[in-house]
Amino acid sequence: MNKKLPAILVVVAVVGVLGWLAMGSVGDNLVYYWTPTELHAAGAKAGEATVRLGGLVKPGSVTTEGNATLFLVTDGKDEVKVRTQEIPPQMFRECIGVVVEGTLGDDQVFESKKLLVKHDENYKAPTDSTVKCPDMPMPAKE
Amino acid sequence: MLGQAGQIFVLVALAAAMAGAVTGFAAGSLRSHGLLRWTQTLSRWFAVSMTAAVAVMETALIRHDFSVKYVSEVGSLQTPLYITIVSLWSSLSGSILLWGLILAIFVGAFTEWSRDRHPENTPWSLATMLVICAFFSFLIAGPANPFTPAPSPVPTDGPGPNPLLQNHVLMIVHPPMLYLGYVGMTVPFGMAVGALISGQLGPAWTQALRRALLIPWGFLSVGIVLGGWWAYAVLGWGGYWSWDPVENASFLPWLTATAALHSAMLPSRRDALKGWTVTLVLVTFVLTLLGTFMTRSGVFNSVHSFTQSDIGPIFLAFLGAVLIACVLLLASRIDKLAGEGANPTLISRESSFLVNNLLLVGLCFTVLLGTTFPLIMEAAKGVRLSVGEPYFNQVAMPTGVALLFLMGVGPALPWGEPSLQKVVQALGPPVVASLVALGLGAAILGTSSPWTLATVWAAGFATYVSVAAMVSPVLTRMREKKESVGGAFTQAFLRNQRRYGGYVVHLGIVIIVVAVAISHAWRQDTEVTIPKGQTVSFAGYDFRFDMVEKVREPHRTRQQVVVTVKGEGEEFVLRPALNQYEMSMNPIGSPDVHSTAKRDVYLSLLKIGDTNESISLHIYLNPVIAWLWWGMFVVIFGTLLTLFTIRRAPESAAAPAPAPQAAK
Repeated sequence: MNKKLPAILVVVAVVGVLGWLAMGSVGDNLVYYWTPTELHAAGAKAGEATVRLGGLVKPGSVTTEGNATLFLVTDGKDEVKVRTQEIPPQMFRECIGVVVEGTLGDDQVFESKKLLVKHDENYKAPTDSTVKCPDMPMPAKE
Repeated sequence: MLGQAGQIFVLVALAAAMAGAVTGFAAGSLRSHGLLRWTQTLSRWFAVSMTAAVAVMETALIRHDFSVKYVSEVGSLQTPLYITIVSLWSSLSGSILLWGLILAIFVGAFTEWSRDRHPENTPWSLATMLVICAFFSFLIAGPANPFTPAPSPVPTDGPGPNPLLQNHVLMIVHPPMLYLGYVGMTVPFGMAVGALISGQLGPAWTQALRRALLIPWGFLSVGIVLGGWWAYAVLGWGGYWSWDPVENASFLPWLTATAALHSAMLPSRRDALKGWTVTLVLVTFVLTLLGTFMTRSGVFNSVHSFTQSDIGPIFLAFLGAVLIACVLLLASRIDKLAGEGANPTLISRESSFLVNNLLLVGLCFTVLLGTTFPLIMEAAKGVRLSVGEPYFNQVAMPTGVALLFLMGVGPALPWGEPSLQKVVQALGPPVVASLVALGLGAAILGTSSPWTLATVWAAGFATYVSVAAMVSPVLTRMREKKESVGGAFTQAFLRNQRRYGGYVVHLGIVIIVVAVAISHAWRQDTEVTIPKGQTVSFAGYDFRFDMVEKVREPHRTRQQVVVTVKGEGEEFVLRPALNQYEMSMNPIGSPDVHSTAKRDVYLSLLKIGDTNESISLHIYLNPVIAWLWWGMFVVIFGTLLTLFTIRRAPESAAAPAPAPQAAK
């Protein structure tokens, strides 16, 4: 028994430290994935958290302001103004699906830290969409 | 024609695997030698038919037989031949076929190896493996059938494989390596189940199990690093690992397999931990299934998942069945394997193995938690979220340093119950070495990143111990037997080849972990827009945009920009590009890298301005990345040393000694 005690202590210590590390940081590192509608529905809660906002780039909404690029992300029902300091990639254009990671500022502009253009070439707007995006040619599905 | 031939071969494979599973279990419970022979024959039938089915598919791909559905989906007359050949694994149903081929190779090899060995375990093991084979044959024959005819009229050309997959040569080797790792785990799984059912896990079977585990472990290690390499060379975000679900999926079984490889060394020595080792092997196999499910079912968004389909539910059902079977088997049979091992003291090599296992399994669990948490939350609360990279880093960094430290402490400590004096003697020199490494690290790197310094410190410890463990037998021989350096080394190496291999693997892992730590902490990046002929400076380098070149290739148009980079006494040209594929509407970026031992200059082309008068680049300066890939080759070398021993260690005592080396 005496000999086993240290071994058990080691097991408890290792499991405890790892569990503590995991539990402590999983809550702090959650990034919610929201559509513009959901972002607005979250209200004040949305102001602090880092969020991933997904939707389509609204046609005719892309403008530049110094180094920043501004555009509207829409899910067909609601839209959010997004500002990014990054240089949007070549694929970025109107009507393409994007995911932006960042926070909603007090001025209701979403400050994007990371702009991802969806590689999914079959991205489609929701069916009840009011946004007019030309149908993209559909490459063959895998 | 080819379609039907393929169908027939798959059905034969399915029938053989199913029948073999039945005869195998019957052979085990009836202890019938005749039935075992039948099982072996059926297993060979499975292996041959599955291989034939793959050969048929390759023929169809090369001949551009678009009447086969799979060829009409991934084939294209414009695609170069080598890409046509490898497009077998560019989409789901084809990659399941590749899975079947690898299964055929592994199970076929096990069938031949076990022909006249271990009759108490072999029938059960072979039967278990054939159940797995039957499941995959069923997938190929039914839900993921690549041989179904293409909808008429038969197309005259196809779209070609996914552009991202065509974009880099690593795509040719990376998936097969990973699959060899995943599928290869079927053999140790079957062997572990066999030992559980028969209740017999002797030293010979453990030894064989360890070998059977080491082979897929090596492939898995290579597959993981190559996956990172591919992401680095193709995806253009300057990194190689992002704790993406698919990356995690390959990492999880690697962790438990690594734990099992270590704990399997103990039973042969102390007869302890048999049940634990077997459990780890079972868990590893379940995790490979989980990984496949995560990659292929489309439940995760991932940069690596290209082939999503509706086999998800079937796969999940199989995964659940395997999991339940494993739990039931363990619950009812594990007592039979309990070893009567001695109790080692806290500070001994055994304990370090135990802690190593705990850390690996703990890390596996936390990564699993982080990976599946979003799924659980979506199912339970209907919210979509992801777990950020910091979570994984916060857990992985301390665990990684601790594992690295154990890699040094473990092999340095004596087995059993060493006295305090012996422990101090064993640990003294490596402690000094690790402090020297720490000092050097602080002098070169500065003290801004404590975790990196901790990594360097532990790496110094592990490196000293690994090198010392290889050098000291040579020195002993030179002193005691008066052998020359070469002779002593040859003798020491031949006598301890497997251990030498193990230490080489350790050194490879040390290189990889240090490269990860340093490249993670000291990476610099920026985004710039450069007008034609102008120069932009960043972190000691000048980047000049010279021109845009347009290269036409049969299957794509490549727009590459010529950037001259000057800095640190060097000048070189990089050509990041945007590739436009024939059948795809979006251009795919293709980064370019200048790599040296010290750092990589990595350019990712974001955008070519109108009229080609300016470009936007993302510039990354990544220190010591090249060492990551070199470390992988060291790991491969070490694994090969362990697997292919020139002289068989234990049996060789009775065999006549080989010709004496050099002087005596």
